[in-house]
Amino acid sequence: MSMRKSAPLAAAAAVALTLSACAESERDGSGGSGGEGGGTFTFGAAGAPEVFDPFYATDGETFRITRQIFEGLVEVKPGSAELGPGLATEWEPSEDGKDWTFTLREGVQFSDGEPLNAEAVCANFERMANQNEAAQSGPAEYWAYSTGGFGEDSLYDGCEVEDEQTVVISVKRATSKFPALLSLSSFAMQSPKALEEGNANNVKTQGQGFVYPENSKNPVGSGPYLFEEYDEANKTVTLVRNDDYWGEKAKTEKIVFKIIPDESTRRQELEAGSIDGYDLPNPVDWQGLEEAGNKVEIRDPFNILYLGLNPESNPKLKDVKVRQAINYAIDRESLVSSQLPEGASAASQFMPEAVKGYNSDLEPYPHDVDKAKELLKEAGAENLTLQFAYPSQVSRPYMPNPQKIHEAIANNLEAAGITVKATTKPWNGGYLDNVDAGQYDAWLLGWTGDYDSADNFVGTFFGNASANDFGTVEAGYGEQLAEELAEADGTVDEEERAAKYEELNKKIAEEYVPGAPISHSPPAIVVSEDVEGLVTSPLTAEHFDTVTVGGE
Amino acid sequence: MLKFIVRRLMQLVLVVFVLSILLFAWLRALPGGVVSAMLGERATPQSRAALTEALGLNDPIPVQYLHFLQRAVQGDFGVSTGVQTGRPALEIFLERFPATIELSVVALVLAISLAIPLGYLSARRSGGVIDNASILGSLVGVAVPVFFLAFLLKYWFAVELGWLPVSGRQSIGNATSVTGFFVLDGILTREWDAVWDSFKHLILPGIALASIPFAMIFRITRASVLDVLDEDFVRTAQAKGLSHRVVRGRHVMRNALLPVVTAVGLQMGLLLSGAVLTETVFNFGGVGSALEEAFRERDYPVLQIIVLVAAIAYVLVNLLVDILYALIDPRVRP
Repeated sequence: MSMRKSAPLAAAAAVALTLSACAESERDGSGGSGGEGGGTFTFGAAGAPEVFDPFYATDGETFRITRQIFEGLVEVKPGSAELGPGLATEWEPSEDGKDWTFTLREGVQFSDGEPLNAEAVCANFERMANQNEAAQSGPAEYWAYSTGGFGEDSLYDGCEVEDEQTVVISVKRATSKFPALLSLSSFAMQSPKALEEGNANNVKTQGQGFVYPENSKNPVGSGPYLFEEYDEANKTVTLVRNDDYWGEKAKTEKIVFKIIPDESTRRQELEAGSIDGYDLPNPVDWQGLEEAGNKVEIRDPFNILYLGLNPESNPKLKDVKVRQAINYAIDRESLVSSQLPEGASAASQFMPEAVKGYNSDLEPYPHDVDKAKELLKEAGAENLTLQFAYPSQVSRPYMPNPQKIHEAIANNLEAAGITVKATTKPWNGGYLDNVDAGQYDAWLLGWTGDYDSADNFVGTFFGNASANDFGTVEAGYGEQLAEELAEADGTVDEEERAAKYEELNKKIAEEYVPGAPISHSPPAIVVSEDVEGLVTSPLTAEHFDTVTVGGE
Repeated sequence: MLKFIVRRLMQLVLVVFVLSILLFAWLRALPGGVVSAMLGERATPQSRAALTEALGLNDPIPVQYLHFLQRAVQGDFGVSTGVQTGRPALEIFLERFPATIELSVVALVLAISLAIPLGYLSARRSGGVIDNASILGSLVGVAVPVFFLAFLLKYWFAVELGWLPVSGRQSIGNATSVTGFFVLDGILTREWDAVWDSFKHLILPGIALASIPFAMIFRITRASVLDVLDEDFVRTAQAKGLSHRVVRGRHVMRNALLPVVTAVGLQMGLLLSGAVLTETVFNFGGVGSALEEAFRERDYPVLQIIVLVAAIAYVLVNLLVDILYALIDPRVRP
């Protein structure tokens, strides 16, 4: 035994390092080091993709990948939340807002050579609208949620081929979300031939899960990248440039998504140079990442964090004065400056500024403890006790650290004389279930918008009078609010519609007060200093085809 | 001997059966579940209800268990609802399994090859420098949580010094998978770069994971050698004028190794729990990290298969240890 005077662990480490030191020069830093023909962009993904058929996906990690492969009729303009041309260059509604005529882009082919024409578009919509029972129960969640469901329940009314490049999609009623919802990754256009050959709609339940057809493993779209491989053992997804792309070709030859669930490991991989970027770096890391030479790109906030209140679980909350008092009690400004990342702002309403219908005249409730106490007294709720919940084991773009945000708000409430009973559950371990089941008096939750539509915010929260987390019916205004929301949503004229939403936002903030809008937080994305050309999206829906790595 | 093995295998079936019931009930009793995990915060009560119904989660748990059992005996252990949606849990397990085996073998070889010689040396020179240093080392191995050690190793040697990869099993684009054992695959395909690359990825997690069995094996070896050295037959052998090599090899080590074999066997069972943490820290795509991911996403089928197979492996290893024990020491033969 030649190793003397050394602790065995150190010895083991020494052996390993001697072995590895000679290989130092071989360290290949697989990402970033652009090879021939444009190099590779390696991105650290926080989770594995669910399925490669975006129609059945519900998670951002899947969409991040499919977004590079597929395109929608309507796309979001790079760098903003505004709608812009996609596979359709323009669109026009009928007078009643129910029939939408889309003019398709000329010369677009899917990567299997199939043309993108009106027929292909209709084939896609008919496919989406006609899901089997298994798919309707869960996998086709985005369609169910965005259009209201299937058959009679669905917003979708039909698709008609007008000519080769013109297609008319009909909806049952005018709504602010059409055609905005077409920009969702789920509703991107797929090659009809691939859909058919891959038996795309054949979702089955097996045991306590779903099995997806062949199509979900072989995505065929029209986008700037092609799917190459999902190496499950190595946890990487590789895309390669689509050299037949109709538009400007992608700058890098390859994109590799390296699946790294642990956030600190993603950060270390970036520091070690083995990935070129990752999404949603923890705000506490922003400064360190920048000091190390990386670029932390802060997006415009497109989200809302709110405190929900539930009069069903605590009848004292039925009194609007109590709900207003809670709003006055919260010190949003100090919460924003102490707990939220740079660029965050206090919220005055349940939607961010970028959404049409935002009321810029509204101010966030001022922090006024005396006013809060006075209102509580008027309502006879001086001894109010609130069971106030926050989620654990989660970090959301609108809520980087739920526990700290909860602590700050709970302190505010207590300062106004409210007794707070704090409670928590893991995000997937009962929190969402309990909120849904109305088990908390007050709770923290939020939302990142899918597209630029007021309905996607306030409509999502309060549009369903009979079933929403805020117990709006119990509080006495639920039906009315739902009707008003539906009316605003169905207004065809855009300006008129925006005005209605603005008015509604004021009413929600001052008269209905279903909860307390708290803040909007800007999510960030970080890339190494070698990366150029990344255009960030407030919807966190970046396209990577403009990215270059190391000047390649 | 055969009767003994058969009896033990029958016990195994019983153990797995009882465990599967407990596991099934426990998982379903956990708050939250697959419905929230799949639908997220957008879920409406209607969609929750539909999904719960479609997945048969409304059935009483015993009924759900019977359905599970019915499918399991046909080799269908369900499909993932999280890690890789729609893929059979068994397939995911089999795909991740080689990584954990590879890592465990490295850790165990590392631990054994250091712990046994050091244990012997420590005992021979009890109270000496090697002895004290080794005891200290093994104490550190026991006291420092494996994830913390893993984190420190990663931070120093991968992030700060950049000598070794931060995470993963292989650099991107380096793989030609044949068996799923990457080092072996590299050898089979004669891609020596890939062998070296995969090996580099094993070093830090291997050391971290080795810290658990190292400490235990070292201490048992040391204690056992000390005991044996005190025995009359060793003194007799020495008095007879036998060479040190013969005394050490034939008399001391052979007898001292008996408890060590048991310890190694037990440690193999414990490796999986260490692997969950080590693999998570190093994003090493094995069963351990699959278990962690599955738990986070309430992916019951994947959780079930991993825990059940781990239990089976544990019982089998113990059986193997008993057989080996009998081979080394004829006195304990059944």
